Amino acid sequence: MKKFWRLPLDAGSHSIPIGEVRIIKDRCKGCGFCIEFCPNKVLALSKEFNAKGYHPPEVVKEGECVNCNLCEIICPEFAIFTVLKEMRPVTREDILKYTERHSPSSREAPDEEPWG
Amino acid sequence: MRAMSEKAVLTGEHFFIGDVAAAEGALAAGCRFFAGYPITPATEVAERMARRMPRVGGVYIQMEDEMASMAAILGASWGGVKAMTSTSGPGFSLMMENIGLGMMTETPCVVVNVMRGGPSTGLPTLVGQADVMQARWGSHGDYGSISLSPSSPQEMFDLTIRAFNLSEKYRVPVIMLTDELVGHMSEKVIIPHPSEIKLVERRKPGRNILPEDYLPFAGGKDLVPAMANAGEGYNVHVTGLTHDEWGYPVMSDQAQERLVRRLVEKIRKNAPDIILFEEVGLEGDLEAVVVAYGCAARSAREAVEVARGQGRAVGFLRLITIWPFPEDLVRRLAQRTGAFIVPEINYGQVALEVERCSGGRSDTVSLGLMGGTLHTPEEILAAIDEFGRRAKS
Amino acid sequence: MIRKMRPLPPFDPAVLKAKVTSDHGLHPMDVYLKPGRIPHIWCPGCGLGVVLSCFINGLKMAGLRPQDCSMVSGIGCSGRAAGYMNMDTYHTTHGRAIPFATGLKMAKPELTVTVFSGDGDLFAIGGNHFIHAARRNIDLKVLCVNNFNYGMTGGQVGPTTPIQAKTTTSPYGNREHPFNLPHMAHASGAVYVARWTAFHARQLVVSVAETMKKKGFTFIEVIAPCPIGYGRPNKLGSGLEEMKYYREKSLIRQEADPAEVGIELGGEIIVGKFIDADRPTFADLYLNSPADKDKK
Repeated sequence: MKKFWRLPLDAGSHSIPIGEVRIIKDRCKGCGFCIEFCPNKVLALSKEFNAKGYHPPEVVKEGECVNCNLCEIICPEFAIFTVLKEMRPVTREDILKYTERHSPSSREAPDEEPWG
Repeated sequence: MRAMSEKAVLTGEHFFIGDVAAAEGALAAGCRFFAGYPITPATEVAERMARRMPRVGGVYIQMEDEMASMAAILGASWGGVKAMTSTSGPGFSLMMENIGLGMMTETPCVVVNVMRGGPSTGLPTLVGQADVMQARWGSHGDYGSISLSPSSPQEMFDLTIRAFNLSEKYRVPVIMLTDELVGHMSEKVIIPHPSEIKLVERRKPGRNILPEDYLPFAGGKDLVPAMANAGEGYNVHVTGLTHDEWGYPVMSDQAQERLVRRLVEKIRKNAPDIILFEEVGLEGDLEAVVVAYGCAARSAREAVEVARGQGRAVGFLRLITIWPFPEDLVRRLAQRTGAFIVPEINYGQVALEVERCSGGRSDTVSLGLMGGTLHTPEEILAAIDEFGRRAKS
Repeated sequence: MIRKMRPLPPFDPAVLKAKVTSDHGLHPMDVYLKPGRIPHIWCPGCGLGVVLSCFINGLKMAGLRPQDCSMVSGIGCSGRAAGYMNMDTYHTTHGRAIPFATGLKMAKPELTVTVFSGDGDLFAIGGNHFIHAARRNIDLKVLCVNNFNYGMTGGQVGPTTPIQAKTTTSPYGNREHPFNLPHMAHASGAVYVARWTAFHARQLVVSVAETMKKKGFTFIEVIAPCPIGYGRPNKLGSGLEEMKYYREKSLIRQEADPAEVGIELGGEIIVGKFIDADRPTFADLYLNSPADKDKK
C-alpha cells in the first residue's frame, strides 16, 4: 500500500470543495441512480416513504460530498442537487484517505449493496 | 429574412394563369414562407414562389413530401411568418394529418388545393371538384373548416388574400379549394396598389398581460385565442394532444368538451362574417336556383343568363366560401324555389349539403360529372327546363 | 337539426397557480422547467429525465437562456419532453418534428431550435425527413433518445431494436436488422455526430453545449434505459441495472468510424464524438443564391 511521506508540493494551491446535498423528497421516484453513481458513495436508500410511496435517498457519509454535481445532473426527476458549503484546504489525512481508497488491495473489496 | 430586390405587390394589369395569380395573391398578403412539393396541376404555384420568394426576402423550400410541406408551414407560422403550401388531391390526402394538427393547434396558414380528377392518381392534368367533402371532413376528429372557391384567375388573386386574412383572424388553416381549369386558365388579373389591399394580422396577447398569466388557448368573445409566436417570451407549449387553456396536455373529457366544442363553434359562430357568395336574381318566387362554384360556375352563370333572358324565374347562387356552407340562405331559398340545380364535377357533394339544408321543401338536382371536363351551359339549361317548377306553397 | 349537449365544464385558472407556488423553484434547473409540470410522467428509472437534465445543463454551459431557444418534439415518451421546458415548445405529429422545426427555424433564424425525439419517431415514420434535413444541413440540433423500442405504446419493436431482442411485437426475438444511427446521420450529411448513453451524463452535457454552438445539422444519439418497455422483456433489469450495463459495456472511442458502431444485443456500445465537420448550411446557400444577380 502506497503512503506519501510528505504532502505534494502544490497542495497549498488546491482546496477540496465540501458540498451539501439537498434532496426534494417528494419528487424522487426511487430509481437509485444518485446512490449508485455518487463517486464518494455519500448516499444510500432511506427507509422512509415520500408522498408517492418511494424511498428517497439520504446522506450517510456526512462531510464527504465534494459538490461534483453528478447526482444533480444524473437524477431524472430534478429531485437532488448540491450546494457548495465551503472550500477546505488539503491536509495529510486527505491524501492518506484517498490513496488508501484507491490502492490495489481496497479495490478487491466489493461495493456496499445500496438496497440492503 | 433578407432585403427585397423586387416588389411583393406587382401593381398593374397582368395576364396570369390561376396558379400564378394565387402565388401573387399570397405575396401581396404578406406570405413570406412557402414549402411545397411539385404536383400537377399545382406545380406552377411552387414554381412562381421559387422564383419570387428569394427576391421578396422570403423563403422557398421544396420539401421531400407533402406531409413535410404541411408541417413546415405550421412551424413557420408559429415562427411569426405567414406561410402557404399548394397541392392537389393525392398531396391533399397526405397532408390531412398535419391539417388536423393545424386545426388543433389553431395555426394560421393557407393550403391551396388545385383539384383534379380522382380518386387516387386519377386524371392529373384534368379538372375535378371531388375534394369538397374532404376539405371539410378530411382529417380525423371534429373541427371547423374554411374553404374558398375561386372561379377565375382574378379571384385566385383576391381570394388568396382573403384566405390569409381569414386564417389570421380565426387562427385556422384555410383551404383554397380551386380546380385545374381555374388554375391553368389565363385571364387578366388586376393587382391593386398595396395601400388598397386590406390585411389582417393575428391578434397578439395584450401588453398588460404578464407571460405567466397569458392563456394561449382561451378563446376571446369570438372564441379565437390571442397568439404568441415563438421567441416572444411567452413560453407557449403547443401540442396536438387535447389541451387546456394553458396548452398543457390534459387527458380528460372535460378538457375535450371545452376544446373541441370551441374549435367547431369558432367557425360556426363566426360564419356570417366568413361566408361569401355571389347571387343573381334570388328575389321572389323562383322556378330554380342554380348553385355552383369554381369553374362550373362559369357555365352555370351563362345558363342562368339565357334562362332569365327567356323570362324564366331562375336564380344563380355562386358559392365563394364552400365551407362554412351558407345553410341559412339555402334553407330560406328552399321555401321560394321549386328546385336547386347543382352542377359539379363530382358525384354530388355540395348537392348533399343543399339537399340537407333544403329540408325537403324543394327538389335538389345533382348534375354530376366525374372529372376531366366541364358542364356546357346547354346541359345546365336543359336541366333547368326539366326540373324547374314553382315552389310548393 | 336540434343539438342538445351537456353544459360546458368549467375552467379554473387558480388550480395551476397553487401548484406553481408550492412546487416550483426548488431545484437550480427549475428556471428551465415549466412551473407546475414536475414531476413528469416518465417511469422510475427512465433515461428521458436524465437526458432532459443533461440537455438543460448543456444549454447552461453554452450560455443559452430559455428565451433564445425552442424545442420541437414528436410523438412518444420523448415527445413529452417539450411540455416540460420553459420555452416556446411544439409537440407535433409523429415523425414530423423535423420539418416543423425547419419551418420554425427558417421563419425565426435567431432561435436555436432543438428537435428532441426518439428512435422510432425520428427513424421509422420520420426517417425520410431526417435524411433530407441532414442533406440540406438545416441548422437544427437533433437529440435522439434511443431506447431500442416504441416505449409509449408499451414496448414494440422499432428500427433500432437489436437482432434477437424481445419486444411485444417481436415475441420470438427481433428478426430485422436495426439501423446504425450515427452511420445514417453521417451518410446523410450531418456535421456533428455523437453517441453517448444516459450514464455518460457529463460527456453528454459537453456534447449538447458543443452542438448549441455549432452551425448546421447536428445529431446526438443518447442510449437511454427503458425498464418497462425494453429492460424487463430482455432481462436487463431495472433502470439502474440498465445504467450499470451501459457503464460496463460502453467503450469511448472518439472519432470512431460511424459505419462500425452498430449495436448488438449483449455487445459493446461504442460511444464518443464521431464526426465534427463543417459544411455550408441551407440558410447560407439560400441567402447567397444568385437570385439577386439574376435579372430574369
